Amino acid sequence: MRSLQSTEAVIAAVLVVVMLLIGLINPAFWGVDNLFSLARANVVIGIMALGVLLIMISGGIDVSFPAISAAALYITVRTMVALGYDGVLLPFIAASVIGVLLGTFNAFIIERFRMIPLIVTLGTASIVRGLVLGLLGTSIVNINKMPKELIAFGKQDLVSVTAQNGATVGLTAMVLVYIGVAVVMHIVLRHTMMGRSVYAYGGDPESARRAGVNTRRTIYFVYCTAGLLAGFAGLLHSSMIWQANPRDFIGLELDVIAAVVLGGASIFGGRGSVLGTMIGVFTLVMIKNSLILMKVDTTWQRVVVGVIIIAATAITAWRDRKKLV
Amino acid sequence: MSEYLIELKNISKRFGGVRALDDVSIAIRPGEIHCLAGENGSGKSTIIKVMSGIYTPEEGEILIDGNSVGRLDPIQAVHRGVQVIYQDFSLFGNLTVAENLALNTYLLEGRKRMDWPRARSMAREVLARLDVEIDIDADVESLPASGKQIVAIARAILAEARLIIMDEPTTALTRHEVDALFAIVRDLKAQGIAILFVSHKMREMLEISERLTVFRNGRKVAEGEMRDFDEPAITRAMTGLELDEEPYAPEIDPAAPPVLEVGDLRVAGIVHGVSLELRPGEIVGISGLIGSGRTELARALFGMEKAVARTFRVTGRDVFPRSVQEAIALGIAYVPEDRLSEGLFLTQSIERNMVVSILERLRSGLFLDRKAMRDKTGQMFRDMQIAAPSPDTAVGNLSGGNAQRVMLGRWLLTGAKILILNGPTVGVDVGSKAKIHRIIRDLAEKEGLAVLMISDDVPELTGNCNRIHVMHEGRFVAEFRGADMTEDNINDSLKALR
Repeated sequence: MRSLQSTEAVIAAVLVVVMLLIGLINPAFWGVDNLFSLARANVVIGIMALGVLLIMISGGIDVSFPAISAAALYITVRTMVALGYDGVLLPFIAASVIGVLLGTFNAFIIERFRMIPLIVTLGTASIVRGLVLGLLGTSIVNINKMPKELIAFGKQDLVSVTAQNGATVGLTAMVLVYIGVAVVMHIVLRHTMMGRSVYAYGGDPESARRAGVNTRRTIYFVYCTAGLLAGFAGLLHSSMIWQANPRDFIGLELDVIAAVVLGGASIFGGRGSVLGTMIGVFTLVMIKNSLILMKVDTTWQRVVVGVIIIAATAITAWRDRKKLV
Repeated sequence: MSEYLIELKNISKRFGGVRALDDVSIAIRPGEIHCLAGENGSGKSTIIKVMSGIYTPEEGEILIDGNSVGRLDPIQAVHRGVQVIYQDFSLFGNLTVAENLALNTYLLEGRKRMDWPRARSMAREVLARLDVEIDIDADVESLPASGKQIVAIARAILAEARLIIMDEPTTALTRHEVDALFAIVRDLKAQGIAILFVSHKMREMLEISERLTVFRNGRKVAEGEMRDFDEPAITRAMTGLELDEEPYAPEIDPAAPPVLEVGDLRVAGIVHGVSLELRPGEIVGISGLIGSGRTELARALFGMEKAVARTFRVTGRDVFPRSVQEAIALGIAYVPEDRLSEGLFLTQSIERNMVVSILERLRSGLFLDRKAMRDKTGQMFRDMQIAAPSPDTAVGNLSGGNAQRVMLGRWLLTGAKILILNGPTVGVDVGSKAKIHRIIRDLAEKEGLAVLMISDDVPELTGNCNRIHVMHEGRFVAEFRGADMTEDNINDSLKALR
């Protein structure tokens, strides 16, 4: 655990340095409106990242969660529109259940056929995307058709202030949802035997089996929970941007995995923490956001994300390898 | 109350058509240190798995405390106090010592919540009981092999073990750590816990065990009090052969020009000026503790380590190999300590593993000369007496001894004049070991090969070498030859270094 804490300290230090640098280049960074929009941009990616964190600790990887998120949000919203139903709680439960079901599919294939998670989740992603577009169509549900209560839910602000230019900016209340999910995830990972089993399984699957860990249950728990968070985050995203797009989140897997790795999780499994992941997500979102502030072309953001994922993986891999010696 | 803690009677176990265990019995008393000896494939691992409930035997009876237990499953075995410590320890390197210790207990108790304070106090308590100091908050992967082993033992104790089965416990340990382990084992015995060592390191087992059972080919071939056995008797029982090795003492012409002359060889921070001469037909041993620089010395001679030397002559020529390719061209060959990770391609055939060192020479135009390849490896396959159906067998399917002979064959194909062996028989069983020694000695005696043999196994050195250097902290600190070259002298010299 000690090494993890020091890892978190290092990431936090990196974050602070990057923040100061960005602030120097562009003082607008420290503006309340920018900070609020940063916080807002953390919510959905952060919740997804917590699911990916869980999977990476178990030694697996998931690239299907953006597809799962898109499917969950689109199926839920289209069904609501079709039925003329409006509400908040039930739709979120529905989206989460869709996520769990797709996660179960991943877990089943991975556990039953002992297959490599990367390949399985690549396949799942493609199947889910294709099915959603093929069966439900490709039309975007816009603000005029979106269920009103869902929009109202996503609109809630925690505080709002008047910025220098006179516009009112608010800090979305959804950050509370994010923090709530993070706290629960931290407690699960750190203080339940299920969470510790995930670490044990990620550290050494064979030893975990010998120690009496129910490895089958662990795999299902990991992929189903990640699916749940993906489904939930999908609908949350929809309610925050007031639309439902079945083609949403394409390419997001790389950003999220980059953020989790940046947060100190090991690509070999067995290492990673909620706090580290949250810092990693914040750093990544901030860098991307600042590139926009600095008027860097969006295509260049892909380059930056690529560099971050390789650099962060190289550093953690180097750290983990050094420990093995 | 029965005399025995656990008793296996007339156990038979088959895998397909193979009889892994054939009507064997073994019995262990409470608080006894028992040794189970046998070569690879003798049924040692199978009987461990029967005892720990992983395998169910077809025939036979298992009694614990005198009561027949019928079918024993792994959970029942644990509840009855049988704990196995595997060679890889089955620990979690990514978790702390405290968590590693608590995890099994918590899982066994079917807990839902991870109780950290209790985990730490459990860990402190059990380590105090073993009288060892280990940081309970350290990640297990940061511990040395001996530390991991102690954690594994502590975990077994926490599971209320009454019998701890240890599979090859001394393999990864230095002599000093073996002594520490034995102290712990004696302590456990005093607390009434029985220990079953499964090992083929006879010398160490003679030191500590009270009773012995020997398996060969799935049958029990000997058992009794340890004091009634000596090393040759156990070896005979294990192999069914007489393996009295005569010491190697050929006449070496002192005037013959050395094939390798090295003066004042240095590797920064590790080897501090070593001088060495090797004559054709000579086998020179190097003994020393782990960390003495012996492996780095070997690697430097083979061009794998950055080194400087005042003189470096191969057959009278002043040359210093800067790369493995240059060393091979000079006729130097190196068989590393860890042949699995440093040398062999496990999924590839024996033939391919052997020819990899001479591919360049087998080239005809753009292609390989298949026939020459077959001929050369076929010959070497026979010379090395490799027990496999054909040279097409994958190396991963071979036993340690056979794999080592593939490695030797590979280097002999290069036409090496100087052969450096690092731990030539690590992980090799007794019968195979004698065969490897015979091959090495024949090569030296008949072909004039000069051999540098690095080994932890002192009898291996005294039995096969003309002279032995003792290395310590990067220097040769003693040399033994002729009548001085006895096991006791070398062991004394090594002990003095600690």
